[in-house]
Amino acid sequence: MLSIFLSVVSGILVGYLLRKTAFVKYVSSLLSVVIMLLLFFLGVSVGINQQVVNNFASIGMDAFILTVGGTLGSLLCAKLIYRKFFKKRGE
Amino acid sequence: MKQSLLYLLLFATGVVLALAGMMPEALLDSAISKWVLYLLLLLVGIQIGSGKNLFTALKRYGARIMLVPLGTTVGTFGGVALVSLLLPERSLTECMSVGAGFAYYSLSSILITEFRGAELGTIALLANIMREFSVLILAPWMVKKFGMLAPISAGGATTMDTTLPIITKYAGSEYVVIALFHGMIIDFSVPLWVTFFLSL
Repeated sequence: MLSIFLSVVSGILVGYLLRKTAFVKYVSSLLSVVIMLLLFFLGVSVGINQQVVNNFASIGMDAFILTVGGTLGSLLCAKLIYRKFFKKRGE
Repeated sequence: MKQSLLYLLLFATGVVLALAGMMPEALLDSAISKWVLYLLLLLVGIQIGSGKNLFTALKRYGARIMLVPLGTTVGTFGGVALVSLLLPERSLTECMSVGAGFAYYSLSSILITEFRGAELGTIALLANIMREFSVLILAPWMVKKFGMLAPISAGGATTMDTTLPIITKYAGSEYVVIALFHGMIIDFSVPLWVTFFLSL
């Protein structure tokens, strides 16, 4: 977990220091390429994993339930914060 | 949305090629994937650090802008903890790590696969894609029922890129700064929360 934290934080420092250079313009493209590669290999590791392939429907259902819970929870909190702190009078 | 579909397509191509037996298992060298993962995290950090809007947003809204990512985090974890009762075969911490993706499906699924295997990684991929798509599709309904901050909270880590246009459209351009700020904070927190829950 520490190495993960350090990776992100050192990235933030590098990004901040280089924020005025042309380099940061290429970061998002580079990021997309890395993500594409990793997602492709995630697909491969799912494809060779019989357990995941056989249970795909129930895995999808679990994912759906977790999405509904997390999203609705965040919507309710957003409503509360909006009403208390952001809504202007008469809006 | 185009990019999300491309990502999904690449994932599906990987699945199909592996099912067809065209991918030798040796390709999945975990030492390499760990280094690529750190590269990914470094790049995520660079993107956060080079963003200009962090301090502008703080100046304009003051401390109350912190309430938005806080609400997203508390609400998500509360909701996930509640529905995890419906999933007795999955542990609370596993459910929380999936929720901690905050719609950042690429990063969260890759991290979770690395630490907990492809099954939970796939759940994270699907759950967090669904979360992003829910904003793309339901943003007008969210604004109507839950107020202007709703699509920002639901969008999680994506509010600084993929869901920003739709938030601007339905919540209005005065919420752009909040959405950018929120996206950066949540972005930063995703790898930390995910590894935190998986280490419990």
